[in-house]
Amino acid sequence: MNLGEKILAAHSGKTKVSAGEFIDVRVDMVLANDITAPLAIQEFGKLGVNKVFDPSRVVMVPDHFCPNKDILAAEQAKLMREFARKHGILYFEVGRMGIEHVLLPENGMVLPGEVIVGADSHTCTYGAVGAFATGMGSTDIAMAMATGEIWMKVPPAVKFVYRGKLKKWVGGKDLILFTIGQIGVEGAHYSSMEFAGEAVDLLGMDGRFTMANMAIEAGGKAGLFAVDARTIEYVKPRAKRSYRIYKSDKNATYARTFEWDISKLEPQVALPHLPSNVRPVSQVKNVEVDQVVIGSCTNGRLDDLRVAAKLLKGRQVNPRVRCIVIPGSQQVYMQAMREGLLGIFVQAGVAVSTPTCGPCLGGHMGILAAGERCCSTTNRNFVGRMGSTKSEVFLAGPAVAAATAVVGRITSPLEIAR
Amino acid sequence: MKLRGAVHKYGAHINTDVIIPARHLSLSEGADLARHCMEDIDAGFVKRVKQGDIMVAAANFGCGSSREHAPLAIKASGISCIIAESYARIFFRNGINIGLPLLESPEAVHGTKNGDVLEVVLETGEIKNLTSGKTYRAAPYPPFLLDIISAGGLVEYTKRRLEKAK
Ligand code: SF4
Repeated sequence: MNLGEKILAAHSGKTKVSAGEFIDVRVDMVLANDITAPLAIQEFGKLGVNKVFDPSRVVMVPDHFCPNKDILAAEQAKLMREFARKHGILYFEVGRMGIEHVLLPENGMVLPGEVIVGADSHTCTYGAVGAFATGMGSTDIAMAMATGEIWMKVPPAVKFVYRGKLKKWVGGKDLILFTIGQIGVEGAHYSSMEFAGEAVDLLGMDGRFTMANMAIEAGGKAGLFAVDARTIEYVKPRAKRSYRIYKSDKNATYARTFEWDISKLEPQVALPHLPSNVRPVSQVKNVEVDQVVIGSCTNGRLDDLRVAAKLLKGRQVNPRVRCIVIPGSQQVYMQAMREGLLGIFVQAGVAVSTPTCGPCLGGHMGILAAGERCCSTTNRNFVGRMGSTKSEVFLAGPAVAAATAVVGRITSPLEIAR
Repeated sequence: MKLRGAVHKYGAHINTDVIIPARHLSLSEGADLARHCMEDIDAGFVKRVKQGDIMVAAANFGCGSSREHAPLAIKASGISCIIAESYARIFFRNGINIGLPLLESPEAVHGTKNGDVLEVVLETGEIKNLTSGKTYRAAPYPPFLLDIISAGGLVEYTKRRLEKAK
């Protein structure tokens, strides 16, 4: 069995499962946010049960439209907060929260070998710690909250092997954008993607979170990394419950295997309006931007801010550009402050925000007008994702985004730094 | 169950951000969401759509965000079922869960134009194009999903399971 099958077998009381099989799976953590929880709470109410299956395994995070962007958002957040209090489930208030997919791993709430379901498509992020994690809708999540179980179809697995070492200024975002560019937005349709090879072995946890995060942009159900010394180093001080490590068998079956030498890979950019519309940055010429966003569940972690700060240190954001940096959680914010990164940003003319999804989904904190362009470290560049249907979003990693903020057009970091 | 309606046809990779843009996600009632359905890709849809109409689309329909608001908006707009070449998996689950029939039939998609009138028999997966006279077939649901569908969606299905467990 491959890694995904092993975890799913262990959670469905079976010795073996294989692709295509329908199974009932026991879940270790159930997640919802201020947008998806209200619907889930409504459906939960229809079940006629009066408690969640285990309050220590249900978590709600007000991150999308919070701090409340308007009255309707405030009502949704309130509904969720009251439900969380009533049922004694895990909840992180504004000022103590973060974007869910930054927050949960950071707090040791998603662990190797676990099954995590969330009413958010980027729940797949937790594959970075070797958890089988996948996004679902509100009704599914309501049922999981009530029963601690969910039905799944065992997905086929697709393996991605990255040979060689990454060049300077090239990171996890570039690897995953490159991958989606190669296989397309449904290239891993319904599959569990397994990432392997020298390049990802050398990648820090933050880079792995970025890659697992965007499995959904290739149509994937999950994006998994094998647990190694780096994972353990990350998870051990954070975990509050025990966990099990699973490994793919030597003879595990994969529907497909892709293998690439990435030692010459340049930073990558996804042009509007699909995450698969990817080019090396050197081929993206004369694209002037109005806004740069560095943040989100894809690239709002400490390593991302460190890269951006390196490029912004002693430089100024181009006068034509609005640059917004959004640390992914209070912990990231605090550490960025300790390391002096926030000072570097503010000196450079960056607007630094409290943690929120904000502009990533066109919520608040940096909405685009018609005709405007944004270079963003987020994960989707669909029509209207960040504001007007006549605006454009270019996806990139934090290095390209920071260099672009300085120059005012989409730029390789090598143009301003060595 | 027999469904009959005029076709609203779309291309590939129709994502949930264009089906219901995030600026409307503070709404959760179907009728409120339906007023903005497809607004960012087809601003005239809400005015044109009639009760019972059928949405037809190419591959990977409903990709992107997990928002259940997307199938809710489509259902409440009057659409009786969707026929696509394929669906993104979260959208597929959501559709089944809330009782919006989703059929998979590349040949029916290819053989259908905007405005054609289709007749669909859900039990057999038979799709008749009344405008062209041609007939197509959709892939049958696996038995496991049929159980959920025949229970009337995931809430009812789970309710029954919970009662049995007692
Ligand atoms: S940061 Fe963006 S992609 Fe991530 S959870 Fe928030 S809205 Fe979704």
